[in-house]
Amino acid sequence: MDIISGVLAGQTRALAKAITVVENDRPGKKELLRAVFPQTGKAFLIGITGPPGAGKSTLTDKLISRLRRQGKTVGVIAVDPSSPFSGGAILGDRIRMQQHALDDGVFIRSMASRSHLGGLAKTTVDVIHLLDAAGKDVIIIETVGVGQDEVDIVKIAHTTVVVMVPGLGDAVQIAKAGVMEIADVFAVNKADRDGAGKLVNELRAMLEMSEAAWQPEIYQTVAKNDTGIDELLAGIYKHWDYVRQAGIDQQKFRSNVERELITYLTDGIVSLAAAHPGYGRLLDELAAKRVTPLEGAEKLFQELGLNCNWEKREE
Amino acid sequence: MAKRIKVLIAKPGLDGHDRGARVVARALRDAGMEVIYTGIRQTPEQIVATAIQEDVDAVGLSCLSGAHNNLFPKVVQLLREQGADDILVFGGGIIPDADIPGLKQAGIRAIFRPGTPTEETIRFINENVSE
Repeated sequence: MDIISGVLAGQTRALAKAITVVENDRPGKKELLRAVFPQTGKAFLIGITGPPGAGKSTLTDKLISRLRRQGKTVGVIAVDPSSPFSGGAILGDRIRMQQHALDDGVFIRSMASRSHLGGLAKTTVDVIHLLDAAGKDVIIIETVGVGQDEVDIVKIAHTTVVVMVPGLGDAVQIAKAGVMEIADVFAVNKADRDGAGKLVNELRAMLEMSEAAWQPEIYQTVAKNDTGIDELLAGIYKHWDYVRQAGIDQQKFRSNVERELITYLTDGIVSLAAAHPGYGRLLDELAAKRVTPLEGAEKLFQELGLNCNWEKREE
Repeated sequence: MAKRIKVLIAKPGLDGHDRGARVVARALRDAGMEVIYTGIRQTPEQIVATAIQEDVDAVGLSCLSGAHNNLFPKVVQLLREQGADDILVFGGGIIPDADIPGLKQAGIRAIFRPGTPTEETIRFINENVSE
């Protein structure tokens, strides 16, 4: 199959076709992933996350330019949300990155989330494997615009950059769990706006309370004007050095493939259950409140010959 | 998963009027398609490189500057050179009647001018994107 050798040789067309195979569960997916899997784990994975409109795509664009000047090849996966109603999507992150369209050393791929929760698409990790095996030195994963709880990126990326902008909330928002906790590096973008200094101070106050081994640093950027990007990239590489020294990249690979395993397991069990002849009747019983969803799940598992108990045993 | 049609909506040329392109992008989204929009003032080379990286099924070109006779065929020609002539190319914008036969001959499969119901474009894509 020449698509495989094409991917391993880093050919653009083969890589693009391979991503479609993986994303759409087309025939050949298993062989393809089997072939590239041993070649993965080499690239530096940078996650870029933050609220909609924070400037993630523009920052990514500027980071690509710097990385290219350093002679590194770059893969970008830009995830945008799918419509919950039509299933369609408008993928617009590329608009900010089109200056790199003709650079052979940059491969950009847009992905619709297809209603997968967590800020990424279901097959994003498989696509990372493909870009990695195709020899990209650095892979930037830009999540959908996140709220507070879409934090899957931290399990996957070696270094997670949380992009913040002034004016989104007060110190309580910053103290909340979720997105704020996953940053390895903070970028306070649009730092030429009012409130940037205040935001930096509030972030600093939050970080002072943390006892984690890695203390995230805060970088002020104005991505639109290309300001502060060198410092941000240096901060990202500082964290990468730390990750490698502490062996965190090995742990990340493990949690990365575990997330994938769980995704396939969940997917598999849901389709197994839905294909079960008693599934429709069970839905009727749920709707009529004769059975709770918890009992229904237990019953289905039993009928599938599996034993699953959700009540935690007392210690 | 059912087939998810992926379309690139692109604006070659120097005019900055992208309302039509955005209306079409939105309509295709609402019809369940995944639409990549790359903004205004793209060269044919950029459009083709994007279409190939994104592995789209179709490319919709919008041009209101009058340069369609140069730009649209150029996109088709570059796709052919890359062996990507399986990608369906259609166009829209201010295009005189007299130009349409020449564009079709150059490989632009359909032209949708202002006033075309978006359903027509959706139907065209659904019917012509090969599995």
